[in-house]
Amino acid sequence: MDAINNRSILIRGLIVLIGIIFLIKLYSIQVRDSSYKFSAESNTQRVVIQYPSRGLIFDRQGKLLVSNQAVYDIMVVPREIEPFDTIDFAFALGITVDELKWYFDEMHRNLKKNKISSYRPSVFIKQVSSLQYGILQEKLYKFKGFFVQRRTLRMYEYPNAAHIFGYINEVSEKMIKNDSYYVQGDYAGITGIEETYETILRGKKGAKVVLVDVHGREKGAFRNGRYDTAAVVGQNITLTLDIELQQYGEKLMCNKIGSIVAIEPATGEILALVSSPAYNPSLLIGRVRSDNYQKLSEDSLKPLFNRPLQALYPPGSTFKLLNALIGLQEGVISEQFEVSCFMGYHGGGWSVGCHSHKSPLKLAPSIQHSCNAYYTVVFRKILDNPEYSSIKEAFDKWKTYLVDFGLGYKLGVDFSNENRGFVPNSAYYNKVYNNVWNSVTVRSLGIGQGELLLTPLQMANMCAAIGNRGFYYTPHILKDVNNKKEYVPKQYKTKHDTGIDTTYFNPVIEGMELAIWGTDGGTARVAQIKDISICGKTGTAENPHGEDHSIFIAFAPKYNPKIAIAVYVENAGFGSTYAAPIASLLVERYLKGGVNPNRKYLEERMYNANLLNVTPKRD
Amino acid sequence: MRLYNTNIKNFDWIAVVLYSLLLIVGWTNLYAANFDPEIPVFFDTDKEYFKQLVWIGLSVVLIWLISLTDSKFFVEFAYIIFGFSLFLLLFVLFFGKEVNGAKAWLEIGPVRLQPAEITKFAVSLSVARAMSRFGFSFTKRFHVGKLLLIILIPILLIFLQNDTGSALVYFVFVFVFYREGLNPVIMVIGFITAVVTILTLLFSTITIVIILGACLVLFLLANKHANTLIKSVIIALIVFASLYLIKQYFNSSLSYIKIAFFTIASVTVFLIYQGFKLRAKSLFLGVGVLWLALSFSLTADYFFNNILSDYQLTRVQVLFGIKEDPLGAGYNVNQSKIAIGSGGVIGKGFLQGTQTKGNFVPEQSTDFIFCTVGEEWGFIGTSVVVLLFVLLLLRLIVLSERQHSDFSRIYGYSVIFIIFFHFVINIGMTIGLAPVIGIPLPLFSYGGSSLWGFTLLLFTFLKLDTNRAELIR
Repeated sequence: MDAINNRSILIRGLIVLIGIIFLIKLYSIQVRDSSYKFSAESNTQRVVIQYPSRGLIFDRQGKLLVSNQAVYDIMVVPREIEPFDTIDFAFALGITVDELKWYFDEMHRNLKKNKISSYRPSVFIKQVSSLQYGILQEKLYKFKGFFVQRRTLRMYEYPNAAHIFGYINEVSEKMIKNDSYYVQGDYAGITGIEETYETILRGKKGAKVVLVDVHGREKGAFRNGRYDTAAVVGQNITLTLDIELQQYGEKLMCNKIGSIVAIEPATGEILALVSSPAYNPSLLIGRVRSDNYQKLSEDSLKPLFNRPLQALYPPGSTFKLLNALIGLQEGVISEQFEVSCFMGYHGGGWSVGCHSHKSPLKLAPSIQHSCNAYYTVVFRKILDNPEYSSIKEAFDKWKTYLVDFGLGYKLGVDFSNENRGFVPNSAYYNKVYNNVWNSVTVRSLGIGQGELLLTPLQMANMCAAIGNRGFYYTPHILKDVNNKKEYVPKQYKTKHDTGIDTTYFNPVIEGMELAIWGTDGGTARVAQIKDISICGKTGTAENPHGEDHSIFIAFAPKYNPKIAIAVYVENAGFGSTYAAPIASLLVERYLKGGVNPNRKYLEERMYNANLLNVTPKRD
Repeated sequence: MRLYNTNIKNFDWIAVVLYSLLLIVGWTNLYAANFDPEIPVFFDTDKEYFKQLVWIGLSVVLIWLISLTDSKFFVEFAYIIFGFSLFLLLFVLFFGKEVNGAKAWLEIGPVRLQPAEITKFAVSLSVARAMSRFGFSFTKRFHVGKLLLIILIPILLIFLQNDTGSALVYFVFVFVFYREGLNPVIMVIGFITAVVTILTLLFSTITIVIILGACLVLFLLANKHANTLIKSVIIALIVFASLYLIKQYFNSSLSYIKIAFFTIASVTVFLIYQGFKLRAKSLFLGVGVLWLALSFSLTADYFFNNILSDYQLTRVQVLFGIKEDPLGAGYNVNQSKIAIGSGGVIGKGFLQGTQTKGNFVPEQSTDFIFCTVGEEWGFIGTSVVVLLFVLLLLRLIVLSERQHSDFSRIYGYSVIFIIFFHFVINIGMTIGLAPVIGIPLPLFSYGGSSLWGFTLLLFTFLKLDTNRAELIR
């Protein structure tokens, strides 16, 4: 037991020893060393957050699209404010004395509401320009309790592509809660790629501990910067976007409502993504942001609405391509299959109208002339296929093909606000028609009308998949980060198969070629481009609220296509009137670098067309 | 025999007075840390000091409940309480709420509890019960295994909750084992292991080789092998110089690590030869420790660089203050030292602190509450607090040593070392003597779970003490 008792004494010794060590250390910092008192007296340290510049954004050609500009937040520590010359201060800030008074009232209100602390710095006036900062800097020492914090704002090199970039705003309470990186007053991407690639673009904040004298002036780094952390600049990203094509698209869509989506079929890279009406991205930065945002959101044309990703339209006749492919794959029709058409298809008590063309037609010419009767028959054959036990089963099989083409679900493009569209299934019709429906009931799906709704992005992707003869890559706009491909998410490198055999694409693509180049008439002869084998299909989406929407999808060249495009122009009537020329001009511009002088008249006509005030169609 | 004693007056009054004094001083400082000079309202239910007052009231109820409990209950239910606390830890791991990166909280309505605080109590009871069984011995593998399980399972679970600070507390049971007769050699080995591990993080392998070499020199001197030492140094120099020349002139790919290795190897051969020649066992021991430490250092190095993920490595490094977290642990400690240092001898006075109120000090009402003491009450205040803790701990040792039953004594020492660990790390951290590990100062820091945890630990022991004359097992 003796040894054990010794240990008890040793333990007591250890406790007393630690106590003594603590007392000695406390004595030394509290009594002997006066430097701590000195530090505290003048309260000399201030943590200045170092905000990193966001990463730059380039287009596929390496052109700089988005950079940064410096602005300055005027910070205040309310407790440290001492009486000063308000006129002088207002002048230095470039505002009136009344405005200055308003800022002070705001500060007092926030203090009362406990939103800010009187001991800690908070923002007094946001985002003062660097020009004004030059004037202020000289006088700042006169105004105790104020100091300046540098921040950066976005700077846009082109007035285009606002929907793609999205905008940046102060982080919300929810974001602060979800991501510990943010504190109140930080900025983050809220929409567009600024949001999607926020963590790549934002970099990393740093902190600098500086010494300040009694006047609040910075006197250099505390302990030679031992406690400083450097800000890390955000990483640069390159987009798959072609800014010149984007610019041209926005110009062609001027004074029209609609969308353009251009994709490189072999990779799924988005070349242009136009939402019209567009707005200048510079409107949504800095102090003018909130005013402009309000104006844009109240605009009746909804410029903030990102149409290519969010707007839903029926695909119209362009959808005949898909029905042809499904019919071939299911074996209910062949290339040689013929349907007679006399101004439409007439069943017992119902009919589907068509325009005049020669009859009967085989598959390729049926696309060339966009024959409604043909596709009513094809669609009915798909649904009434005897291989399936019921129309419901056949219908859901048809739906599976659509889903494999990327319809009905979000494609997974790198924007958070993508719409999934709407592809009905048999259960939907069971509900609508109380279980009593057949292939006649839903016949309008055969020609792309009815309940089916797609986004322009899904249309472009469908067109790319046809151009690829059976596969697609998920459309995306991120090309690389810091010139390295590794950061591109894996889902954009995965090939998606549509489930249609390659050979079935040949007659369909031939039809698309004839629609443009057919000597015996075609629906889109206006889209012809010299030396380029462009293939396309027009469409018209019925619009119950006004003039129909003009649709055109195309890809070029015929083999190994370099571009697939979908154009929607709202209230513009037939596909061939506006959508086809616009698509064709964009393809020509992209593949040839410019537009043939012969077609300048077409370009002019598109620039000048104003479809914003079309009078509603009367029935 | 029924050990039923409901009289609160039987609690050791010295310990109760010390507990109460710490609680009062602690709450006063919590009030000061929370006090907002712009809104001097006392009855603000949102304020931490107000909530803490409620917790203190509830602690009195807890003490009353403990006084009603039969002492034998703690022995009989030790393992059941342990099982229950493990269940809570597991539950929190899956369904808990994350606060400050640690998923260690249980949320029941408006109340947030930290089960890890109860686990300290449960582990103490279980360790005491396991060790007080008849025939317990540190030489029996089964017994040691049982003890290790009781301690390591909670450590693992709490570590998984990402609450590193709370997990470290359980290592203090080594001291309890020491008191109960564990061979001190094991503690020394453990100590060397810990030191070498930290050295590996701090320095490169070369530096550690040099440090170990210096240790060997001191060892040889201490054992009066001056002659051998001189010969060893000469051999080391010759081997090192020749290898160095080979590297320089023949442009060989010899790395410095290899050169150091050959040098040490040749000295080792010489020392073993000397050991046989002089029949000196101490030489073998010296060489053995040298090689063990060296190989452990290399293993630890490999472990840190190749097995731990970057994220885990950073966490360990931040813990030991080697790497600074984004906000800078060094910055925090410095602010804390300024706050304490600025108090001077007599302090700035109650509610007069500027540093703690200016939010310069982080976590001022939880981990850094000691800053408020230092700033407002000066050296006098800090000395009193340190003294109160030392007195409480010493009093608890006196109480532990007078226990008739092993169970009570072992439990008592567990309580002592748990409080001791919190005291050393928390105050040490605020004055820059210990790494920044986020654990509360007992009875001072804001938080109901922690207050309840310590009250439960302490008063259970005081209850056992009321039956010190009987044999409880």
